[in-house]
Amino acid sequence: MKTNPALIALLAAGLAVSACSKKPPKVLPPDPGAAVSTETPASSQGPVPGSQADFAATLMGQDTILFDTDKYNIDSADQTALAAQAQWLAKYPAKRITLEGHCDERGTREYNLALGERRANAAKNYLATLGVDPMRIATISYGKERPAALGSDEASWARNRRAVTVTID
Amino acid sequence: MNTMSLALALALTAQPAFTQSAPDAATAQTAEPAIDVTDDSDWQNQTIAIPSFATNADVPTQASAGSTSALGFALAGVITADLQNNGLFKPTGPAALPRPALPQIQAPEYNNWGARGTDMLIQGYVRAEAGGQVTIGCYLYDVALKQQLAKAGWTLAPGDWRRAAHKCADLVYSRLSGESPFFDSKIAYIAEVGPKDRRLKRLAIMDSDGQNHEFLTTGQTTALTPRWSPDYKSILYLSYFNGQPRIYILDPATKSQRLLLSAKNPLFAPRWSPDGKWVLYSMASAGNTDIYKIPAAGGGTAIKLTDSPGIDIGGSFSPDGSRIVFESDRSGSQQIYVMNADGSGQKRISFFGGRGATPEWSPRGDQIAFTHIVGNLRVATMDPQGGSLRYLTDSWQDEAPTWAPNGRVIQFFRTAKSTGRTSVWQVDLTGRTLRKLDTPVDGSDPAWGALRP
Repeated sequence: MKTNPALIALLAAGLAVSACSKKPPKVLPPDPGAAVSTETPASSQGPVPGSQADFAATLMGQDTILFDTDKYNIDSADQTALAAQAQWLAKYPAKRITLEGHCDERGTREYNLALGERRANAAKNYLATLGVDPMRIATISYGKERPAALGSDEASWARNRRAVTVTID
Repeated sequence: MNTMSLALALALTAQPAFTQSAPDAATAQTAEPAIDVTDDSDWQNQTIAIPSFATNADVPTQASAGSTSALGFALAGVITADLQNNGLFKPTGPAALPRPALPQIQAPEYNNWGARGTDMLIQGYVRAEAGGQVTIGCYLYDVALKQQLAKAGWTLAPGDWRRAAHKCADLVYSRLSGESPFFDSKIAYIAEVGPKDRRLKRLAIMDSDGQNHEFLTTGQTTALTPRWSPDYKSILYLSYFNGQPRIYILDPATKSQRLLLSAKNPLFAPRWSPDGKWVLYSMASAGNTDIYKIPAAGGGTAIKLTDSPGIDIGGSFSPDGSRIVFESDRSGSQQIYVMNADGSGQKRISFFGGRGATPEWSPRGDQIAFTHIVGNLRVATMDPQGGSLRYLTDSWQDEAPTWAPNGRVIQFFRTAKSTGRTSVWQVDLTGRTLRKLDTPVDGSDPAWGALRP
């Protein structure tokens, strides 16, 4: 229920354009600093390892977890996604992230700001239990101000009740 | 618009007789809880003629309306619009009326106005002063009694001419309704443009009728939830200025701003105390949001008022400053609570199903306006004990009510399904007179200031 086919399709489409291949990059020494300084993320070679583009490509939609109406608990689908995030973060221990909490439009503005913070914080706490240093994790709430899906229907609202992990390049 | 036409149609069939004062909306409302107002039996209105204000000499002014004569016509138009939009009166504006000469301003032709079916007559004059200022006089007459009921005059800069019109409308409204004035006041709100997922949100201000509009921020960072200080010298609002939601205090005259307080945590929902000395705000920490207060002047120590697991947010002081109404989901869903100003005595007052949010205490103290969520979001009122629930709107998504300074009119914002477009609306406490404000772009989070000092 929680993984989103449309989001995955979007990400896949984005990859097809930017990387021409879904093959994960196989650069042996994961040295993000050198990679960034010596080469631009050329479209033929896939995203730079350790970059936000790499994170998004590796996670395949699991950079986002979804919540039920007014809820902020981490269910099993969320746990799987956060485990995949933690795995990637373990490979790049210097990498910091921002967890963005969001809500659907069917609530009042101020409450949703606080609820988005609560969702981001729930994801942060779970990542911490998986060994990610909380000092690497910032949280921010956008409430209902930045929807991902634009419709006013249950399907769109389900996609908007989310916490999105963004790595800081 | 339909509501307006309905109101006017009702007005036409109502008793044209002289009425000493308008019906008391509050007492007329207490009857049945949780239903929409459709009972028009207490509907009363007065026909009011507002002919163009006269002048001693038609000379140019610096006012946007033009010469003293053009200004006289514009003043009567603004007064007409003010009185039309609150549901108590049936005004007729200057375009449909004869234009009195200066000598008639203080000696109205009662018989002619009576023959037109006019109950009340507002006349006035405009005089250009030597220093570039203008003097505007305002007179209210009872046509049947052939008697002057009220008068006032103001000398002001030509650019402030609309204020004189609002003050004149306030004079008439107060005298005829027995209520406190409210037209001479300003609104702060969030002006919105752009697609639903990338809305540009700017802080903006305007007069209570939507005129004299001004943007205060550029929109480079998202601005939300403004509140006027009681003296109009500062606006509290939330901005993502440095990446996190934080609370800023902005001086609308200079557009300079400062942080209310430095904190790593996100801060939400700023509110003034009635005396302007304290600011209520909410701070999130590790998923838990509580309400605090801090001296508005800065430098003081914050006092934590709530300490429950859950989201406590959005406080609003009672007009005497002794109590605070706020929302909390400590029971499992958003509900309305009241506490003393020091945080003691926290008590839930909403028990009518659904969720309650964005409570705002009326400046009169007798009502709390809030957003009631049962699927749709609707603006409603209740008394401070949680009784007498009444809906003022019935649409897909109406939220965040704000009170006129006299506690008789409410503004709120409406969000359109699918497009996400927002607009500012106004409704009187009977729920009869509903209208959209004419803002230059979309608008949300209206915050009505006090009567201007």
